[in-house]
Amino acid sequence: MATLSAMPVPDFPRAKLHVVTGKGGTGKTTVAASLALALASRGQDVLLCEVEGRQGIARLFDVEPLPYEERRIAVGLEAGDRHPGTVYGLHIDPESALLEYLAMYYKLGRAGRALDRFGVIEFATTLAPGVRDVLLTGKVFEAAKEGRRGRGSRQYDAVVLDAPPTGRIARFLGVNSELAGLARMGPIKSQADAVMRLFRSPRTAIHLVTVLEEMPVQETIDGIAELREAGLPVGGVVVNLTRPRDLADADLAAALDGTIDQAAVAADLKAAGLRVGRSLVSGLLTEAHDHAVRRALEDSQRALVSGLDVPTYELPRLAGGADLGGLYEFAALLRVQGLA
Amino acid sequence: MTRSTTRARVGPLAAGTSRAPALAVDALLDDPATGIIVCCGSGGVGKTTTAAALGLRAAERGRHVVVLTIDPARRLAQSMGIAQLDNTPRPVSGVEGDGSLDAMMLDMKRTFDEVVESQATPEKAAQILSNPFYIALSSSFAGTQEYMAMEKLGQLHADAQRDGGYDLIVVDTPPSRSALDFLDAPERLSSFLDGRFIRLLLAPAKGPAKLMTAGVGLVTGAMTKVIGAQVLRDMQTFVAAFDTLFGGFRQRAQKTFELLQADKTAFLVVAAPEPDALREAAYFVERLSEDRMPLAGMIVNRASPAPWGTLSADEAMAASARLAAERPESVAAGLLRLHADRARLVERETALRERFAAAHPSVPTAVVPALAGDVHDLGGLRQVGTLLADG
Repeated sequence: MATLSAMPVPDFPRAKLHVVTGKGGTGKTTVAASLALALASRGQDVLLCEVEGRQGIARLFDVEPLPYEERRIAVGLEAGDRHPGTVYGLHIDPESALLEYLAMYYKLGRAGRALDRFGVIEFATTLAPGVRDVLLTGKVFEAAKEGRRGRGSRQYDAVVLDAPPTGRIARFLGVNSELAGLARMGPIKSQADAVMRLFRSPRTAIHLVTVLEEMPVQETIDGIAELREAGLPVGGVVVNLTRPRDLADADLAAALDGTIDQAAVAADLKAAGLRVGRSLVSGLLTEAHDHAVRRALEDSQRALVSGLDVPTYELPRLAGGADLGGLYEFAALLRVQGLA
Repeated sequence: MTRSTTRARVGPLAAGTSRAPALAVDALLDDPATGIIVCCGSGGVGKTTTAAALGLRAAERGRHVVVLTIDPARRLAQSMGIAQLDNTPRPVSGVEGDGSLDAMMLDMKRTFDEVVESQATPEKAAQILSNPFYIALSSSFAGTQEYMAMEKLGQLHADAQRDGGYDLIVVDTPPSRSALDFLDAPERLSSFLDGRFIRLLLAPAKGPAKLMTAGVGLVTGAMTKVIGAQVLRDMQTFVAAFDTLFGGFRQRAQKTFELLQADKTAFLVVAAPEPDALREAAYFVERLSEDRMPLAGMIVNRASPAPWGTLSADEAMAASARLAAERPESVAAGLLRLHADRARLVERETALRERFAAAHPSVPTAVVPALAGDVHDLGGLRQVGTLLADG
């Protein structure tokens, strides 16, 4: 692992809000959590938010399910003389966000309770399409803006959002521009405008997580185009779950062609103390061939990703799955590669 | 479980497993009583490919099939001839045998527009179609896709009943934030319509002052303060214009819900051998049984291929370490590490599946190994179909 002094300058120094999206199954929650830890290891206090009600953050960090309240969940890696920052977690649900919003901006009093009684809160958060996204993005905005107000509000150096998947991200982040169009004036309009100003500024960086397979890579390419068209700032692409590179390039090519020297492999295996039958050697070579085929496919997708004109970062697949230790490992890798 | 004819299951994988019963895919497809297959599950597990592969296999086994997909990968859509959005099923060419396969991709806005046009007078339809709330609702807001997928399923089924064109409808479900949005769509629609809030919005339009209690006054006052009088008026106009359509929506949603509960429907929960996907699958299985929806089984896609032989991951790693120390240039060390990696992956996936099977022992399961590349033609779909049937 590289030392702190060897860490490169981060690629998105101005970003205050890091949005992490990705196709389902690519591991965007894992990447969002690792990014938060990486930023904390640089000494920043970070708020890691989730908005899809899955409690993925709590599961990754092995803590109690998160409430609608900023909870301390981890500290960054201790490194050198720098004091590591803290990662806080927040689970944003639309009902709580709406009640908080109403309490914060309007003195509704009895009328607020009447809204609840008449099912307006329920209507707004579950039935009225789109309102959920407005509330979720509104809360993220509130957490990320300078000069937060309200009781015990903490000021964060960075906010990381575990966002909805790539297919929905432009619509999700752009929902406030639609809202600003619907509400032609008044407080909703000005709030929606302020949210869009942050989301469209260089203080926001939208990172896309992918794996090196055709469909996710295509979705990443489409997602970047869609974000750019919507005027939303694309950050980097994180290539997740890459296969182990246990074979040197020449051996990989030989595995693909079936030209690995079987006798030499058999002799080496015997020297390593294994009982060598013919099926062991041919089994290992078949596995190696299979691996080489998939590595070649990965490489063709990797070429597409690197042609995208955005910074890219890679994280390996861990055979045992990503646990808390894995997150710290990933955080270090993201720092070395300059995402944080 | 992955079955193999050439080698036996070995090592820790064979020991004391709680295995799920096998899902008999061909029996399901061949049964004339199976009229609707719904593929559901979380995003990124291969729902669309599974739905298309099941449709093709059923067609090539003699069924007359229509596949309703939501968001297929572009190349797959192109190869099936459904890349253009005209919101009606198109025949897929290249299907072998006596059956037939049509496919379509859902256009949610168009489906919504068509419902409005078919239910309202032309003037009223025009009024609704141009209302800003309708435009936002029908084109860009999350949740509408689920309503419209249900609507389209209902339409396809009604058409098939009428002209006897299709005897099997295979439905892919939207990649929802929660997979359950799909099931909840009709219920939500009904509670939307019966909600006090809608009646409240309708109150001024309908006139009678008796509804204007103090509570209503408070609420409209608060809403005006929050969203502004203009937005409230737009909403009221929209709801009033839509009012006459609501009855029809509710009726059809209710009918589709009953259709999903009927014996001719088979739900397949699609998952991947990952904790999140299996957790979502478990949630889905429980929800389906709660709603008395007919669950046919689970399909676990993207399973890692089983390692060869009896060499365990630990033995392989130990041997690899010895080799790396003694013969650093040996390719065998790398081969052993690859083997260990593969064995560990499969161990982990098997453990995850067994945990699922322990909690849901009666769910028949098919396991489909991960393909090296993506599927974008009928040949690929056929291959997936074979793997499904063998799984």
